[in-house]
Amino acid sequence: MTQKKNIEGSFHLTGGDFTNAGGASSELKSLLTNLGIAPEIVRRAAIATFEGEMNVIIHAVAGVMHYLVTPEHIKVTLNDMGPGIPDIEQAMQEGYSTAPDWVREMGWGAGMGLPNMKKNADEFRIDSIVGEGTTVEILIKVKEDESL
Amino acid sequence: MQQRTKAIYYITQNNIMTLEKVIGILGAEVVATTADMGTEISSVCSSDLMSDLLHFSTTPKSLLVTGLINKQVVRTAEIADIKAIAFVLGKRPDEETIEMARQKGIVLIVTRFSRYTACGKLYAEGLRSCTGEDR
Repeated sequence: MTQKKNIEGSFHLTGGDFTNAGGASSELKSLLTNLGIAPEIVRRAAIATFEGEMNVIIHAVAGVMHYLVTPEHIKVTLNDMGPGIPDIEQAMQEGYSTAPDWVREMGWGAGMGLPNMKKNADEFRIDSIVGEGTTVEILIKVKEDESL
Repeated sequence: MQQRTKAIYYITQNNIMTLEKVIGILGAEVVATTADMGTEISSVCSSDLMSDLLHFSTTPKSLLVTGLINKQVVRTAEIADIKAIAFVLGKRPDEETIEMARQKGIVLIVTRFSRYTACGKLYAEGLRSCTGEDR
């Protein structure tokens, strides 16, 4: 990776907008690739952010995806105005989903979204207030390969 | 008298094949092409659930076999580095989805076979699962 300084930005996400769903993660993936970050790390970041973006589109009214790329790590924070998660432990279980049937018909709601985000992140934090929204922080290290 | 040892022949499967060969095996129609149709496919994943694909698709250069034909499938392929998508049962995506695939460099093909048969044919020819569970 040749990047020396921090790069940050954010995308506004609109709930229910399946036409543009995934667009933010796609743009972020291109940005990370252009920065010269290793493909496997880019792929992990893309999958984690895409799942997060889809959760906002599926469940929330709106949300913001903020990214900060430093020479050491990629940090993505997703804040949404959604229903919140009453039981986070249950939501983290593989296969558990509250997505409605029409969302499942589009191929989503497999109950793997949050587990996939956790699986691809080096650090994963989720915080939620019922009736207000959910915040997810994903941190992926980019430095390790360089130091070897 | 000279003793002969028994000869053993091992048939090794070639786990990589060109997209052109995949198209031939599936008798598929190409609906979105990219510059390089000689792209190599090294594994196959099959699901109609996008998060299952994102969970299991662990190797790049994969072919996705699916019955879903919406834009989300192309977006998922882009995120997971899937090079080509085979739509089963002759289902054809709309023009918007085809155009998105062209822009993202993802090949779209349509086969008349079901998911089970399409995967079976590719497996029989030596392509293995993107999960790596069968290697």
